Amino acid sequence: MSRSLVNWFKYASPASFYPLAGRMIPYFAAAAAVLGLAGLWIGLLVAPTDAQQGEGYRIIFVHVPASWMSMFVYCVMAFWSALGLAFKTRLSGMMTAALAPTGALFAFLSLWTGALWGKPMWGAWWVWDARLTSQLILFFLYLGFIALQSSIDDPRRADKAGALLALVGVINVPIIYFSVQWWNTLHQGASVSMTKAPSMAHTMLAGMLLMALAFWAYTIAVALARVRCIMLERELSSEWVKRNATE
Amino acid sequence: MTFPHASPFILAIRRDLLLAARHKTEIVTALFFFVIVVNLLPLGIGPDTDLLRKIAPGALWIGALLATLLGLQRLFAPDHADGTLEQMALSPQSFTLLVAGKIVAHWLVSGLPVVLIAPILGVQFDLPGRSLGLLMLSLLLGTPILSLIGAVGAALTLGVRGGGALLSLLILPLYIPALIFGAGAVEADLAGLGAEGHFSLLGAVLLVSLFFAPWATTAALRVALE
Repeated sequence: MSRSLVNWFKYASPASFYPLAGRMIPYFAAAAAVLGLAGLWIGLLVAPTDAQQGEGYRIIFVHVPASWMSMFVYCVMAFWSALGLAFKTRLSGMMTAALAPTGALFAFLSLWTGALWGKPMWGAWWVWDARLTSQLILFFLYLGFIALQSSIDDPRRADKAGALLALVGVINVPIIYFSVQWWNTLHQGASVSMTKAPSMAHTMLAGMLLMALAFWAYTIAVALARVRCIMLERELSSEWVKRNATE
Repeated sequence: MTFPHASPFILAIRRDLLLAARHKTEIVTALFFFVIVVNLLPLGIGPDTDLLRKIAPGALWIGALLATLLGLQRLFAPDHADGTLEQMALSPQSFTLLVAGKIVAHWLVSGLPVVLIAPILGVQFDLPGRSLGLLMLSLLLGTPILSLIGAVGAALTLGVRGGGALLSLLILPLYIPALIFGAGAVEADLAGLGAEGHFSLLGAVLLVSLFFAPWATTAALRVALE
């Protein structure tokens, strides 16, 4: 028990996490490339043409994994925030800060691909569907988090303020989702139903899962690369950075 | 202190109300901001009565959100600038209670006037009498939520570069549930659907924010004071 705790907390120190992250990045980057190529191959070439939507549906292989990732990354940020507030580990705040831009990117990507998909299928770039709206609000939450962190100069304060905001946000995300869903059902009839997903072919599901895994690997690789930059920036005057720089 | 036995909660409310009473322009400015924003909407949209009646709840609610934001920047900033906030944090009294008192005072100063003036604006939008009452009730339940969640944002952005704009960016997305249920209650009643569900949910959001917000605000203030 105590032994495993010691091992985990060892990597909570930037000095020991920096080299570990450096070793992990190539593996995850390679995994992202391989899984992404496999997923695109299945998605664009192998998966059958959809009976109703034709070839246009193939954007699903980017759209759905990006939406998943954008929501998941926010939860991971909340997890690191809670950990950082509870244990006062410096690394937690750095990880949260490193994840935020990637999460915002996926939220934006999901909205963008959704618009591209919506235009030919529904005839509109945007509809006030519950999922679209709450995805947009999630994007705003990411922007708020990044704006708050970048406008506070003291990194410790930026971490703690960001952690509190992420936790407040994660309580709000489900509330917002359900409130928007209810708002939508009251305002307009279900002109566009996204819940009635057609039963998917196995190859489609495989392609989507591969793309999701690729996005996971990409997120981990990018977040680790970013957290390494944040570590160097913040600990510029410390002994281990100097040792690393001279090596 | 003239009230040695009063609870810190009551003392904080008294103090902030007294301060507000000495600077009446701030209250009046926020209130007239609300009135003007709501009155600009028909000018932008057109005088079609049916349309105005339909958008009235949403228009008033959005006005209330913006008016609340206006006062929020001043919730902690003056006390932070003159060191009072630090004294409060160091005092043996519960800091959370003091902060809760400040939030309640903020609602009394910025939220309650909005609730009271809303029916007059509702009449301008040709809302029927029953809707006016419901609108007041929804604002009465909803504006405390705005003050509570807003206080968290005000504490997070205390003394930060570009505080005002940043505060809006952080807080407005979190106001969405209150906006939906608050404006939705009146709209549902106008459409003949019954507003009970909306009021229940609005009350639930109020209770959740009543429970979490003072605590989160205190934590954020402690971060800002470090």
